[in-house]
Amino acid sequence: MLRYSAFRIAAEGLRGNRGWTPTWRKAKPKPRYDVIVIGGGGHGLATAFYLAEVHGIRNVAVLERGLIGQGNTGRNTTIVRSNYLLPENNRFYEHSLKLWEGLEQSLGYNVMMSQRGVVNLFHNDAQRNAAIRRGNSMRLSGIDAELVDREGVRALCPLVDLDNSRYPVMGGLLQRRGGTARHDAVAWGFAHAADARGVDIIEHCEVTGLLIEGGAIGGVQTTRGEIRAPKVGLAVAGHTTTLTDMAGFPLPIETHLLQAFVSEGLKPLIDCVVTFGAGHFYISQSDKGGLVFGGGLDGYNSYGQRGTLREAEHVFAAGLSMIPALGRLRALRSWAGVMDMTPDGSPFICKTPVHGLYMTAGWCYGGFKATPGSGWCHAWTIAKDEPHPLNAAFTLERFREGRALDERGNGPYPWAQ
Amino acid sequence: MSQTHRLPAGGHVERGATLTFRFDGRSYQGHPGDTLAAALLANGVRLVGRSFKYHRPRGIFSAGVEEPNALVELRSGARREPDTRATIAELFDGLVAESQTRQGSLAFDRMAVSGLAAPWLGAGFYYKTFMWPPRFWERVYEPLIRRAAGLGRASGLPDPDHYESAHAHCDVLVVGSGAAGLAAARAAGATGARVILAEQDFLLGGGLLAEPAQEGWRRTALDALAAMPEVTVMPRTTIFGFYDHGVLGAVERVADHLPEPPPHTPRQRFWTIRAAEVVLATGAHERLIAFPGNDRPGVMLAGSAAAYARRWAVRPGGTAVLFATHDAAYDSALALAEAGTRIAAILDPREDSPAMQHAREAGFTVRAGSEICDTIGGLALRGVRFRNHGGAGQEAALPADLLLVSGGWNPAVHLASQSGAPLVFDEALQAFLPGPPVQRERSAGACRGIHGIAAAAADGAEAGRAAAEGAGFPSGPAAPLPEAADASHAPFPLYEVRARGKAFVDLQDDVTAEDMRLAHREGFTHIEHAKRYTTHAMGTDQGKSGGIVGAAVLAEARGEPLGVVGLPRFRPYTTPVAWGAMAGEAVGQHFQPTRRTPLHRWHEEAGAVWMDAGIWKRPAYYPRPADADAWASVMREARAVRERAGICDVSTLGKIDIQGRDAAAFLDLVYANTFSTLAVGRARYGLMLREDGIVFDDGTTSRIGPQHFYMTTTTAQAGPVMQHLEFHLASCWPDLDVSLASVTDQWATMSIAGPRAREAIAPVIGGLDLSDAAFPFMAVGDCTAAGVPARLFRLSFSGEMAYEIAVPAGYADRVWRAVMAAGAAYGIEPYGVEALGLLRIEKGHVAGPELNGQTTAADCGLGRMLKKRGDFIGRALAGRPGLQDPSRPRLVGIRSVRPEQQIRAGSHLLEAGSSESLGWVTSVTRGVARPGWLGLAMLRDGEARIGTTLTAANPLFDEAAPVEIVSPHHYDPENARVRG
Amino acid sequence: MRIPCPHCGPRDEAEFAYRGDATKQRPAPDAGIEAFHDYVYLRANPRGWHEEWWQHAAGCRAWLRVRRHTVTHEIAAVTPA
Repeated sequence: MLRYSAFRIAAEGLRGNRGWTPTWRKAKPKPRYDVIVIGGGGHGLATAFYLAEVHGIRNVAVLERGLIGQGNTGRNTTIVRSNYLLPENNRFYEHSLKLWEGLEQSLGYNVMMSQRGVVNLFHNDAQRNAAIRRGNSMRLSGIDAELVDREGVRALCPLVDLDNSRYPVMGGLLQRRGGTARHDAVAWGFAHAADARGVDIIEHCEVTGLLIEGGAIGGVQTTRGEIRAPKVGLAVAGHTTTLTDMAGFPLPIETHLLQAFVSEGLKPLIDCVVTFGAGHFYISQSDKGGLVFGGGLDGYNSYGQRGTLREAEHVFAAGLSMIPALGRLRALRSWAGVMDMTPDGSPFICKTPVHGLYMTAGWCYGGFKATPGSGWCHAWTIAKDEPHPLNAAFTLERFREGRALDERGNGPYPWAQ
Repeated sequence: MSQTHRLPAGGHVERGATLTFRFDGRSYQGHPGDTLAAALLANGVRLVGRSFKYHRPRGIFSAGVEEPNALVELRSGARREPDTRATIAELFDGLVAESQTRQGSLAFDRMAVSGLAAPWLGAGFYYKTFMWPPRFWERVYEPLIRRAAGLGRASGLPDPDHYESAHAHCDVLVVGSGAAGLAAARAAGATGARVILAEQDFLLGGGLLAEPAQEGWRRTALDALAAMPEVTVMPRTTIFGFYDHGVLGAVERVADHLPEPPPHTPRQRFWTIRAAEVVLATGAHERLIAFPGNDRPGVMLAGSAAAYARRWAVRPGGTAVLFATHDAAYDSALALAEAGTRIAAILDPREDSPAMQHAREAGFTVRAGSEICDTIGGLALRGVRFRNHGGAGQEAALPADLLLVSGGWNPAVHLASQSGAPLVFDEALQAFLPGPPVQRERSAGACRGIHGIAAAAADGAEAGRAAAEGAGFPSGPAAPLPEAADASHAPFPLYEVRARGKAFVDLQDDVTAEDMRLAHREGFTHIEHAKRYTTHAMGTDQGKSGGIVGAAVLAEARGEPLGVVGLPRFRPYTTPVAWGAMAGEAVGQHFQPTRRTPLHRWHEEAGAVWMDAGIWKRPAYYPRPADADAWASVMREARAVRERAGICDVSTLGKIDIQGRDAAAFLDLVYANTFSTLAVGRARYGLMLREDGIVFDDGTTSRIGPQHFYMTTTTAQAGPVMQHLEFHLASCWPDLDVSLASVTDQWATMSIAGPRAREAIAPVIGGLDLSDAAFPFMAVGDCTAAGVPARLFRLSFSGEMAYEIAVPAGYADRVWRAVMAAGAAYGIEPYGVEALGLLRIEKGHVAGPELNGQTTAADCGLGRMLKKRGDFIGRALAGRPGLQDPSRPRLVGIRSVRPEQQIRAGSHLLEAGSSESLGWVTSVTRGVARPGWLGLAMLRDGEARIGTTLTAANPLFDEAAPVEIVSPHHYDPENARVRG
Repeated sequence: MRIPCPHCGPRDEAEFAYRGDATKQRPAPDAGIEAFHDYVYLRANPRGWHEEWWQHAAGCRAWLRVRRHTVTHEIAAVTPA
């Protein structure tokens, strides 16, 4: 489907671009669907797209409380990668990355996926050994990974202060296929493509209750009336517990803040994504020229969508310690997303205690890169009523069973992740 | 000729001093008190930049932080600051600036051709294009886009200046020093409250600086503030963010008005201000009007032009047209006329108003009911086209080199919005005003729609009084307020003149009114969607002038009131903040504190090579000239321990003093093994779990007395363990009589290990019988060391007989030297962390790489330590099936089949011909007791695989080493040597 | 944020360490895996008032129960453990 064909674009340009129509229909809710997806962020829209595209389930509604793509999809640092340690994670994220690699063509929408490379710096033997273990784990799973030395880091990002007087850089773990994408376009592109396949995207439709009868979902109550469906998927990361509280089961999720920042526009300065190993900091440069960067969590439960000055100071200090040439550049904006933090830093894509209710949740601060993979696996789980092997480990029961996927070994303390 | 457009008198510039500066290579002159923009205008420079997308010529549009166009690269070399607004950059002698966003010269920009492609470069064009062929995005399209995009160029060099961070507390913070702010600060100050008045400008007064008639009141107010000891006035200080609980962030530009900071002076100072009450007197930004060609150099906000005339004594043009929609803007025509500019006409869409009548009486030509529909000119304005408002009738043209525009005023509500206050639309003012406060803040003056000098000052005085009262300072004498005849700021709601041509709503990002309509057509009908789709109001000016104009265009397209459509959300920062300022001093070497042990100086003298262990500096090894390489040093040190004696500084280990009636019971709860049975004078290895059953930390704890224990932790977990103990004591077992004190810094500890260790320390230790019978393995006792009160522990981490001497930190150096002297006869050598690691790997002791927060006691071969009875942290969840799974990777030893073939930590263990990871190598070393590469690994079905051979695969290095799976205890598995 | 420590007075949040939900009680030793699972993993996550643990780590080191709103960050009460 080439709605945005070269011919069409040329013709529209010549007639003042007056012929373009909405990127997605402003659908009104029907009384009944085969599947309702709650949450019009990237994950929810991707779920709907893959339900239609892969499973042929087109009678689908995406219900969004506000506007599509305005939650964490629009509040992140746009990094895409699959450089994980645990096989359950790296297999899933690699599947997601492969979907990213063909996303423009699948969606007919340019999400500006840019495989600029992601390099994680390390500063001592212990970090280097951990990077080697992770890189080897990736390679054995068929994922690209390279260990680069100081010269390799210099070649990737000449501005990094290798001889940082506190924590000199020893090298880095590089994933060349990692990179960035344009976050808003991901939501719009999935919406565009899902809409074209018949999915109703219903904005300004807040779910106020779940219709549960005999342990099974029957639909939802919304600010725009009751809508029925035998299957409902939750894709509302940051607010998942608000919905599961309605369903009456507790969830091992806490909501935390993560800040991000963008600088004033600059000519190309930083070509890849770089993360600092001696402190929480990562940075890349957008196509528009802004440096996009962030750090760690603010460290306490919050739905506030605004960060603290204290954490911001730490982010800037780490950034300047890694790249001293940033000193005179200016930060333009900061924002904060609310994160579903899980006890082990890994997500849930699974069935729930309510029959017919599914969820993709607990994305911590890594949800953006997972967008297509999450939608794909969530759609599979909804369509087949059982998980795909790629998301079979992402269950709610793993903590009861002692099978946490604790990528960093931080333990069940989300505020410390 | 220099300063051709400078007026002979007036303004806040020091004509007695001349400053020379360069812009785009040409030399100009200005005066102290000028901004770069004012000085450029004084020299008749109109063209200062090119636009972001279409590379259209752009001039100075404003006189303040709202400037979208006049962004320059200020200074040169490592101090180059891209994207600097010329309108706020204070002029200094020798200033150098370059225009940006141009390819070629400003006059001949090669990228200006992108204007020809404009029909295809509308909002969001890139989302629809550049998708084919698939691989072309990264290779072809994106590099082109990235090169074309961006604004200024960063220097790419480390910033030579430094920054400071500081904290301030006050009762009342007043933000802004216009009429409202000055009156507020004065009223609050009069009560005796501690007041901070922060002003982003280098002069105080805000709009008063362009009101010569109010100069007397301004000076009186400043004098009054200067006389109040509890009032601090902070010019050049921008409040950029309003955070929770009255915390505000500010940047003070200490030395930006100087060529470079004086010695020992920061460039900028970052302030965290904690205020009981806040008065926001941040004023308003003048609103542009969207009409074709509203971006041409020579188009300027009316109030800004008046400010150039009155504050900077600059005549910004020869012939001007004023296009205004409200009465207050007429004053700028007067200001320009006074400066000698000919006012060709005043165009106003309204039919009548008091200001129109006054203007006509004063001899101005006023064309009521008219609007600008285009501008004429190339690189500079030459004239305007106008027509009857609404488009009926003929167009006409007027020559002019200056077009003053005012579509109303946008209250600067950013800080109020950040503090949580809602925004409420005011129909009369066509503006969003702050609603009821959430925090202890109030707005005063123009930022809440109270315009005009007299009204704003009165509003400010009341706000200052009320804020002081709120902070507990009820009364103070009232001060006189300025008198002025305030004209109405309520505009006719004209946001856009629709006619042929590009009418910009966001000049910096080249967003046109048509782009907003395109966004609407494509379904981006909400202001937040339209903003993101078009990038409207996302430039460095954050839409201060035109943000609402884009919203109004969208509102019209939607057929809904502007108040319903709303503004894009305000996010920090109100104005951009320098990275260095936010970072403060905690950068580079000071990014984190550096901890040094009490023996640091000795290690330094001994030539230690340092390594970072968290924030600690520890000796890695002590090289000697004869050592061929680092390995040689490490092996020499380790061999000394195995064969003679070595001494190692272990002061970084965490130490916790635990006392109380229930101390033993508490330890039984926090350790997975039992401590209540430990005898006084004995130590025991302890294993601590998290409540989820995973190993948290290990260490030895000694019983000093019946109710007194001394715990050691690993270096890395010292802080977390202390917190863990305190938390559980407070939250779970508050009834236990236990006191905890961290004594890590109080005790220095040194480990003396090796077969001759006892002989080496014997001359130093007093008051203890060191024989195996009297002081066996795991014994603990008080003693003296080199005459100093000390504690001696017989513990071993190396597998050799070993002692740990703990002495008060201040005596560490003395005792260490005494042991070195006494041990010399037995060949004692200092050993560092590398040899320590070698010895523990060879011995098969677990450490950080094994206890990585992912492993259980059983995984580490310590499963039998878990006590069978009684509660302890982690007991219940350690029993979960996943953690009991026998196939979990278990600790094993590995040895290189070819001893000299290196194994690397991080390799994965595979069966021949398979790529399935069975486990991974955690720690490796070359052995001394057992030559060749050996290590520890976590391996699935580990015990069952002992005796087999696997491949240690390292695809990252393209390496594969055959390794033999063995017991982790490579050395002295019977543990005989530690017993002497 | 500023947290009013009952021992030290109002102090910046930078002086405090956070430890989440303060409504959970550690189960009895033999309460079983399910009870401990709930204690360790299922913390309250309200969008509103939240009882939570903070330690005045860089001050008196007391553990405090703080009642704080997770949207406005307003603090209603602080009591020593």
